[in-house]
Amino acid sequence: MEPKVIFNHHLKNVKPSVVGKFLEIANEYKEIISLSVGEPDFQTPWHIRQAGIEALEQGKTFYSPVRGLLALRQEISEYMAKRFNTLYQPKTEILATVGSSEAIEMAYRTLLNPGDEVLIVQPSYLVYEPMVYMAGAIPVIIETFEKDGFRLKPEQLKEKITSKSRLLILPYPCNPTGAIMEKEDLESIAEVIRETDMLVLSDEIYAELNYSDISHVSIASIEGMRERTIVTSGFSKAFAMTGWRIGYACAPEEIISAMTKYHQYAIMCAPTISQFAGIEALKNGAGDIVAMRNEYNMRRRYIVDRLLKMGLSCYEPKGAFYVFPNISSTGLNSEDFCEKLLKQKQVAVIPGNAFGECGEGFVRISYSFSLKHIIEAMNRMEEFIQELSREN
Amino acid sequence: MEEVLKLLMQNARLTHSEIAVLLGKEEREVAKIVEKLEEDGVIKGYQAIINYEKLPHIPVFALIECKVMPKAEYGFQEIADRVMALDEVESVYLMAGNYDLAVFVKGNTMQEVANFVAKRLSTLESILSTSTRFVLQRYKQNGIILGEKEISDPRNMVL
Ligand SMILES: Cc1ncc(COP(=O)(O)O)c(C=O)c1O
Repeated sequence: MEPKVIFNHHLKNVKPSVVGKFLEIANEYKEIISLSVGEPDFQTPWHIRQAGIEALEQGKTFYSPVRGLLALRQEISEYMAKRFNTLYQPKTEILATVGSSEAIEMAYRTLLNPGDEVLIVQPSYLVYEPMVYMAGAIPVIIETFEKDGFRLKPEQLKEKITSKSRLLILPYPCNPTGAIMEKEDLESIAEVIRETDMLVLSDEIYAELNYSDISHVSIASIEGMRERTIVTSGFSKAFAMTGWRIGYACAPEEIISAMTKYHQYAIMCAPTISQFAGIEALKNGAGDIVAMRNEYNMRRRYIVDRLLKMGLSCYEPKGAFYVFPNISSTGLNSEDFCEKLLKQKQVAVIPGNAFGECGEGFVRISYSFSLKHIIEAMNRMEEFIQELSREN
Repeated sequence: MEEVLKLLMQNARLTHSEIAVLLGKEEREVAKIVEKLEEDGVIKGYQAIINYEKLPHIPVFALIECKVMPKAEYGFQEIADRVMALDEVESVYLMAGNYDLAVFVKGNTMQEVANFVAKRLSTLESILSTSTRFVLQRYKQNGIILGEKEISDPRNMVL
């Protein structure tokens, strides 16, 4: 008998991203200046790499405990307490994962049932929505707007809550908008959530890249929220450690136990070498974060200034390393804008609609590139905008 | 001040207004800081970094290691002053170790540099001996890589 491949039927709900189509065009060009990537341009600080090398030298090449090395979880616990005022028990409330990506996936897999509704704030990281489909649940999109600084408003949240709502994905600091939520914003959201039995998944991977005067506030630190929040975070963005694939989830014991059960069978453990590097990062990496943040901040100010001078409307991002200008005044939609910019000036940025339909009319510009690179890209983009307005 | 200096060290052609944007300061404030740095002699000048290989004539560079007999009262200052005054000399450093002065010179030909060492440098009275080392290849200058070799960006994840 012929084999018959039958795919998981949820897979058909996962549409190919517009990013894929766009990258195909980008690949035809040799000399492109890219402002598209979503990871730091810095290399992992040397002392952290060295900790990885030492772990290798000492032959620490075995599986770690399922939840991760206790020493790592202790560091994470201390770090979360010190930086965000949230207390998690290292032994029971922290799980080390393969990047925060796995933490998000484990949360979905263990907390969602078919028919559950997951409220997703958009524009946001384009992984949240398809993975909800894969868990058999239903994504419910909450659009945020430039005029609100892309913050989630409590009225908007209330409107979308039904008896089936199980989980709210809170994506701040936000990729791609650069929006953040301040304490008062979170308090008003918490007020709504506390009236329900929903949980919150707070993706705080960009928590350290916050350029406002007050540093990141976690919704888990707001009254009555810790017991209903899963915080996912990791080392990728704060310590420039994307390739190490190390992240974590912090949540109440019951939730972490369930996630651990699944993680044990699906993954076994996060990469051991990376866990050793992670310990060093948390112990001695605070200065690296400050240095990288200062560098990003300069680039952020520069790009926003240039975009405003080009006559584009642009929300001043407060976090992550993206700017999300409004390009609708050019008369082009996001994809046409990006395609033309690529073809005419060989500059690659990402169409805003890749991050949800409400991202239409915007583009995502990443500033995890050297200033020199950014200056050249902005010069080209300026020419492009000038030529467009001459055409019209 | 340190932030301004750091930016100028990376790229001295940034305008005051660009530096102001980068640092979130007023342009006037930046102008004042730069002026003060220049006045105080912290910033001694601004120069282009040249890849000479792109020019029709490539000059010859040499490091001349000099052993020196310091003068009783002046130490190394007097000899350093005399060496500095010579046009061919690009840099002079006092070194710890096997020799005293590191003298970097630029000339048109090897012969020219050899003549300079033989006739101008080694004849100075407190110079005990010299040892000349010609530069074969310049790879990096003032933090700038001179060759064309672009370090390609290994990143490809756009999410
Ligand atoms: C918003 C957001 N969350 C999570 C991730 C996943 O990061 P990692 O799995 O490397 O921790 C990314 C990576 O781009 C991201 O942008």
